[in-house]
Amino acid sequence: MASVTLSKINKVFGSDHIINDVDLHIGDGEFVVFVGPSGCGKSTLLRLIAGLESISDGDLSMDDTVVNDLPPRERGVGMVFQSYALYPHMTVYDNMAFGLKLAKTAKETVHERVMSTAKILQLEELLHRKPKALSGGQRQRVAMGRAMAREPRILLFDEPLSNLDASLRVQMRNEIARLHNRLGSTMIYVTHDQVEAMTLADKIVVLNGGHVEQVGSPHELYQRPATKFVAGFIGSPTMNFMPAELLAGDANGCRVRAVGVGELALPQNAQQRQSGEALTLGIRPEHLCLAAPTDNNCFDIVNVEYLGNEVYVYLEPKQGDTLLIHRSEAPSQWQEGQQVSLAADWEKVHLFDESGAALMLSTQQAAA
Amino acid sequence: MNTRQLAKIAKRIGFWALIVLIMVYAVFPFYYAVVTSLKPSSDLFRVELWPSNWNFDNYISIFSQTSFLRAIFNSIVVAFSVVFIALLLGITASYALGRVRFRGRSTVLLVILGVSMFPQVAVLSGLFEVIRALNLYNNPAGLILSYTIFTLPFTVWVLTTFMKQLPMELEEAAIMDGATPWITITKVFLPLMWPAMATTGLLAFIAAWNEFLFALTFTLTDAQRTVPVAIALLSGGSAYELPWGPIMAASVVVTVPLVVLVIIFQRRIVSGLTAGAVKG
Repeated sequence: MASVTLSKINKVFGSDHIINDVDLHIGDGEFVVFVGPSGCGKSTLLRLIAGLESISDGDLSMDDTVVNDLPPRERGVGMVFQSYALYPHMTVYDNMAFGLKLAKTAKETVHERVMSTAKILQLEELLHRKPKALSGGQRQRVAMGRAMAREPRILLFDEPLSNLDASLRVQMRNEIARLHNRLGSTMIYVTHDQVEAMTLADKIVVLNGGHVEQVGSPHELYQRPATKFVAGFIGSPTMNFMPAELLAGDANGCRVRAVGVGELALPQNAQQRQSGEALTLGIRPEHLCLAAPTDNNCFDIVNVEYLGNEVYVYLEPKQGDTLLIHRSEAPSQWQEGQQVSLAADWEKVHLFDESGAALMLSTQQAAA
Repeated sequence: MNTRQLAKIAKRIGFWALIVLIMVYAVFPFYYAVVTSLKPSSDLFRVELWPSNWNFDNYISIFSQTSFLRAIFNSIVVAFSVVFIALLLGITASYALGRVRFRGRSTVLLVILGVSMFPQVAVLSGLFEVIRALNLYNNPAGLILSYTIFTLPFTVWVLTTFMKQLPMELEEAAIMDGATPWITITKVFLPLMWPAMATTGLLAFIAAWNEFLFALTFTLTDAQRTVPVAIALLSGGSAYELPWGPIMAASVVVTVPLVVLVIIFQRRIVSGLTAGAVKG
C-alpha cells in the first residue's frame, strides 16, 4: 500500500503533447478512477505510473520516493490489462506464479501466495486450466489474481471490464469494489464509462486533452462540476446546455436571460463579470420541469422515450436546434406533439462562462 | 438418371482425373527414382513401372562406402547447425524488428529481404574470399556460415511477421511481472511461436540439406562433403559409366528424412504459413 504523487507530469510522443502538467495526489488506500473520452490520455497516464512509458518531464513519487527511473517491477505495481493478456500456454496457477517465480521467491511462499490469492478471487477450482478454457469473467479474475499475487503496493486497472458483456460487467464491478474494501490497497482504475467511475471511485479524475479537468468525489463532480466539460461528461443523459446572457450580477447572485426561458435570478456569484457577457446555462435533465406553454417561451415535444422506471422527454426550442432532455419518473403526462414551457429548479442549475469554467455559487449559497 | 445427375458424376470424374494427373506429375520422378534404385545395373534401361525382382544391391553398395556415411553425417551436422543458428538469430532479430521501435526499422527489414533476392552464384566469389579469410575452406563450418546467410532473411521475415501479431499487452504483462526481454522471449513468446518456428526451421533444414553449389565450391575432400555433392560425385565402374543405380538409391535415402519431417510437422507448417495471412 502506498500513496502516489504526480507533480507536473508531462508526456510527449514526437510532436504530440499527450499529458500536460498533471498534478495529482493519490492517498494510501484510495480508489481513484481516471475517466475521460477516448484519446484524453487516461491510459497513457496509467502507463506512466506503471512504468510502461517513460515520463517526459515532471516527478512521479510513491511514498515520497521519486520512481521516474525505476522499472515496473521495482515500483511495486500490479496491472490488469483490458485484454487480460494472460499467458495462453500457462495454467491459471502458472499465470499467477510467473511474477513470483521471476522474483526468485521461495517455492513454499509462491504456493502460499497463489493459493491465498486464488481463494480471495474464488479461482481454486480453476488453477489447472489454461486461459482458453475459461469464460470472460473467469479470465478477468485470473488477470486480477496475477496482478495481486505479488502483493503490489498499488493495483492498476486499464479498462478491465470493457471486454465483458453488460450483466457480467455489473457483477465484476461489484466484485472489484468489494475487493478494494477487503484489501484496502491503493487502486487506480481507468475507464471511459462514467457509471463505473461513479460507482467505484473514492476520487474521480476527469481528464480531457491531456490535462486534468477536475478531481473530486463522485458527489462533488455531479453536484459541482468545475467546468462545462465535466458537467457534460458526468451524468446520463447528459446535462442540457442553453445559451444565456448575463444581465447583472454581484457577489450575492446574478440575473441572466436565456433563450426560450426568459429572465432568471440565479444564485451564482457574478462579481467581476461584465453584464452582457455570453454564458451557458446548464440544467440536469432531472432538474428540468415542464409547465403549460406561455406566449413567448415554448418548446415542442419531439419524442418521448419510455424506459420503464423513467421517461425521457425530448424538447426542441423554437430557435436553435439543440434538443433538451427532461427526465421524470414514469408514467409521464407528456406526449409527443405537445407544446410546453420550461420551469426548473433554478437553485440547481449551473452557469459556465465562455472558457467553460463554472461560475461559483455566491458566498451565502455556499454556506447554506 | 437425368442430365443433372450425369453432369454431377461427370464433374466428379473430371475432378479426380485432374487430381490423378497432378499426382502423377508431381510424384512420378521420385517414384521412378525409387524403382530405379531397386534394379540391378543390368536391368537399368529396361522400362518398367514396377520392379520385377527387388534388388537391394545399390543400397548395400552406397552404405558400404565410408565416404557416403561420412557425407550423411556432415549433412546432418550442417543442417541442424543451420536450423539452430537461424532460429536463434531469427527469434532475437524478430523481437528487435517486430517489437522494439527504432529509426530505420523498415529499412533494415527491406535490406534483409533484398539480400535474399541475390542468386547464389552472384555472391559465390565474394563468399569464397570470406571463407578463405576466415580459414573455413574445406570445413563444414564454412557451409554452416554460408547457408545461414541465405536462410536468415526468410527466417527473420516470417518470425517478425509472426512476432508482430502477438499482442503487445502480453509483453507488457510480462514486463509488469518483472521479466527481462530475454525471459519474455524464452518464457512467453517462444512457446507461442512454435508453429512459425517449425515452419521456418523445416524450410531452413530443407535448404541446407539440399544445397549443392556452395557445398561443391567450399569443400575439397571426401571427408568434408555433404550428401548432394557426394551423390553427384559417385563414380561408377569405369570413367564411361554413370552409376545410376547407386545415385538413385542415395537420393532416396537422403530424401526420406525430409519426407518424414514434413509429415510430422505438416499441421504446424500450414498453421505457420497461414498465420500471417488470416489470424487477426
